[in-house]
Amino acid sequence: MIRALMLSAAALIAWSAAAQDIAITNAKLVIGDGSAPIEGGTVIVRGGKVVAAGARIAVPAGVETVDAEGRYVTPGIVAAFSRVGLTEVDAVSGSNDRSAPRTRFSAGLDIAPALNPMGSPIAVNRAAGVTRAIVAPGGSSNLFAGQGAVVDLGDDMAMVTRPRALEYVAFGEDGAAKAGGSRAATFLLFREQLLAARSYARNPAALAEWGNDAMIQRADADALVRVIDGTTPLFVRVDRAADILNVLGLKRDFPALKLVLVGATEGWLVAPQIAAAKVPVLVSPLTDLPGSFERLGATQSNAGRMTTAGIDVSVGVFDDDDAHKMGYATQYAGNLVGLTRIPGASGLSWDQAFAAISSAPARAVGMGDRIGSLKPGRAGDVVIWDDDPLELGSRPTAVWIDGKRQSLTTRQDRLRDRYADPVEGSLPNAYDW
Amino acid sequence: MRGSLLAATLLAVTGCAAADGAPQTASDTPAAAPEKKPDRSITDPYPSTYHAYPSTPTAVRGVTVFDGEGGRIEQGTVLLADGKVERVGGPDLAIPEGYRVIDGTGKYLTPGVIDVHSHLGDYPTPSVAAHDDGNEATSPTTPEVWVEHSVWPQDPGFTRALANGGITTLQILPGSANLIGGRSVVLKNVPARTVQGMKFPGAPYGLKMACGENPKRVYGAKGRMPSTRMGNFAVDRATWAKAAAYKKKLDSGKAVDRDLAMETLAGVLSGDILVHNHCYRADEMALVIDMSHEFGYKVTAFHHAVEAYKIPDLLKKEGICAAMWADWWGFKMEAYDAVPENIALVNRAGACTIVHSDDENQIQRLNQEAAKALAAGRRMGMRISDEQAWTWLAINPAKALGIAERTGSLKPGKMADAVLWNDNPFSAYTRPEKVWIDGALMFDALDRKRRPVSDFELGQPGEGDVK
Repeated sequence: MIRALMLSAAALIAWSAAAQDIAITNAKLVIGDGSAPIEGGTVIVRGGKVVAAGARIAVPAGVETVDAEGRYVTPGIVAAFSRVGLTEVDAVSGSNDRSAPRTRFSAGLDIAPALNPMGSPIAVNRAAGVTRAIVAPGGSSNLFAGQGAVVDLGDDMAMVTRPRALEYVAFGEDGAAKAGGSRAATFLLFREQLLAARSYARNPAALAEWGNDAMIQRADADALVRVIDGTTPLFVRVDRAADILNVLGLKRDFPALKLVLVGATEGWLVAPQIAAAKVPVLVSPLTDLPGSFERLGATQSNAGRMTTAGIDVSVGVFDDDDAHKMGYATQYAGNLVGLTRIPGASGLSWDQAFAAISSAPARAVGMGDRIGSLKPGRAGDVVIWDDDPLELGSRPTAVWIDGKRQSLTTRQDRLRDRYADPVEGSLPNAYDW
Repeated sequence: MRGSLLAATLLAVTGCAAADGAPQTASDTPAAAPEKKPDRSITDPYPSTYHAYPSTPTAVRGVTVFDGEGGRIEQGTVLLADGKVERVGGPDLAIPEGYRVIDGTGKYLTPGVIDVHSHLGDYPTPSVAAHDDGNEATSPTTPEVWVEHSVWPQDPGFTRALANGGITTLQILPGSANLIGGRSVVLKNVPARTVQGMKFPGAPYGLKMACGENPKRVYGAKGRMPSTRMGNFAVDRATWAKAAAYKKKLDSGKAVDRDLAMETLAGVLSGDILVHNHCYRADEMALVIDMSHEFGYKVTAFHHAVEAYKIPDLLKKEGICAAMWADWWGFKMEAYDAVPENIALVNRAGACTIVHSDDENQIQRLNQEAAKALAAGRRMGMRISDEQAWTWLAINPAKALGIAERTGSLKPGKMADAVLWNDNPFSAYTRPEKVWIDGALMFDALDRKRRPVSDFELGQPGEGDVK
């Protein structure tokens, strides 16, 4: 066992090398855009990016070739809405940077400095095939939670792919609690903060008069200006059908808002309106219980029904664990495929389901041309799986991020190996490492 | 009706438990009048009024059977009649005249899934403050509370667990804020107006205990004992010492004032009430085991047991079940050392292995949790068959609940608690097609009216939806 670990440590060093040019051949190739898998496909990654993928692709001379032996080869999973990197152990407050409930800042918070690329959740999620994540802050003391980022889960210190990639705000019950106890207060506070930001944009000198008791601080105003003009997508947690319609209505006052709905548990009840507004939706798709009065219509058919209505639906993992178990994305997507066999239910085809955990979330955050599929020009985030990636228990056998081969060893693997034989031998277990 | 219900609750039925916790008497026949005064700890003043619903003699043929005890039959035929499993065999098993015949080709038949750790009903949905009925967090030891007095039968979670998860039996536990949380209750997953209408007839009671972070955090925050792990043990031991003294008095035949807390603990000491101990860390489980020896009780199962893989030999030696998640980790310090191979490693050691949920969502797919654990074990090189892994959801949890003589496997004479899956239940693409409880068809994915709708969801958006 010790020898195996030494080998993996050596391999780790090798994998930390720069991006390789690589061709993966003989693949059951999943592009991730909703198209069907291509048997005998090839994907070529050069300079950290996909340059070609499909059938009958010639491998350029001098490019290292990996034979996938007919296995599934896919883009890495994109965690659609998560807190991965913001927390190690949730109940250990010092290791948990999800939320900042005692700050006087809100929209201006930027989670980038809170991310820990060396945290063990990064490796565990990476070993499950997750290569990128949309990470949102949990909350502040004010209505807006702050700015999230798009990150990679690579085995290096450069984690942020796009900082300030989104602003996050919760409406519904959580938003009402933040705003003073009523949804009426949420909508007014939202509007007033955006108007304040707009007036600041027109006359920055006015800021001096705001003082520390102001509704928002300068940094918040800076962030909200970019929300108002649509530079930063606004991710909105909202679940009740009526709340969804009211959130879509925010565009009447602020027409450039780039809305993304998060949760949308009752989205299927107002699917035509969401589709007409061309607003993408991120769902945690197996939420099917009326956990609160804003989720009475919860059903696992939500994702399928909204997709049928023409909504761009992404599948994420956030109504349960949103930091440690991003690998559930494949299981959840698989469940949606299973639903297609149940009379009265609505699910997704396999191809749609895989796109919902790869290209769809990339598109929702405005990075569909950068990540989330194996189309030319996208990041070289590639996974070879030991079996159907949406099946339970399938695991990656190899992962590349930006064309760099990644370690798939986790702290959990180390514990497992140490206790493969739990009874002490000639020395205590602590000497087995 | 109300009158007869009241009359029924006044009839205290004495459950008579065998040494292994399995009841010796049939559910629907009251025990013969005991010769000595009944032990108060095992009397049941809130007796089950559950009854099996009418059933049609049914034959499922051409089906792959996991019998729940590690057996597998290809092209199997299973007969369900009079609420019981009648016969289990291969393609040559004759189907008697008059049976409803279901073609199970390409499908799988298993015993109903049993979850030993649920808070449906005591932390129901909607999860509003008015429904927080799982932790009597006003004292670190509350053996006097009975969770059946908290369970809300209209929790929609019961219906989801049935339709999506094939759950036919489940144990509802008090929460883990307290060192001794109170009595559990075992339920048949059949909708009912009252909790008595769900109670598994004759199932022994359980006692919820907890070690580790939760009790010391909850009471430490209140500025009272326990605020440390050593405080946890001190309070536990003082309580057991008191219980031992109470039981001694009881056994000597002396008159004792009723003490609801001590009655329950005396029931544990006499082996009638089974201890279900929430515990994550290996070192703490080992200490709890010694404490159980110190006071002469048995831990039936450690729940969560995130570090069971560090001491599977100890669990095997002590005959203690470990009820585990497949892959939960990192949410608290004592869950930091979780490994996905935990379940498979416990299984490999020959200890009683159980997959549990502790969750209103994962109870809807315990089969999938088992599948992930199975895959992790196989990746590690273990050879575990699908049918062996199904014991984690069937006979093993039935043993931990003391009902293994009555349910938990497809053996002739046992309760006809069964699930027909539309494909291999270890696939993400598979769902229950039909669920029988005591032979009655309680869910049918192909018949929209065989899908229960709780009172809470009636008249709400999505009533009767597939969910």
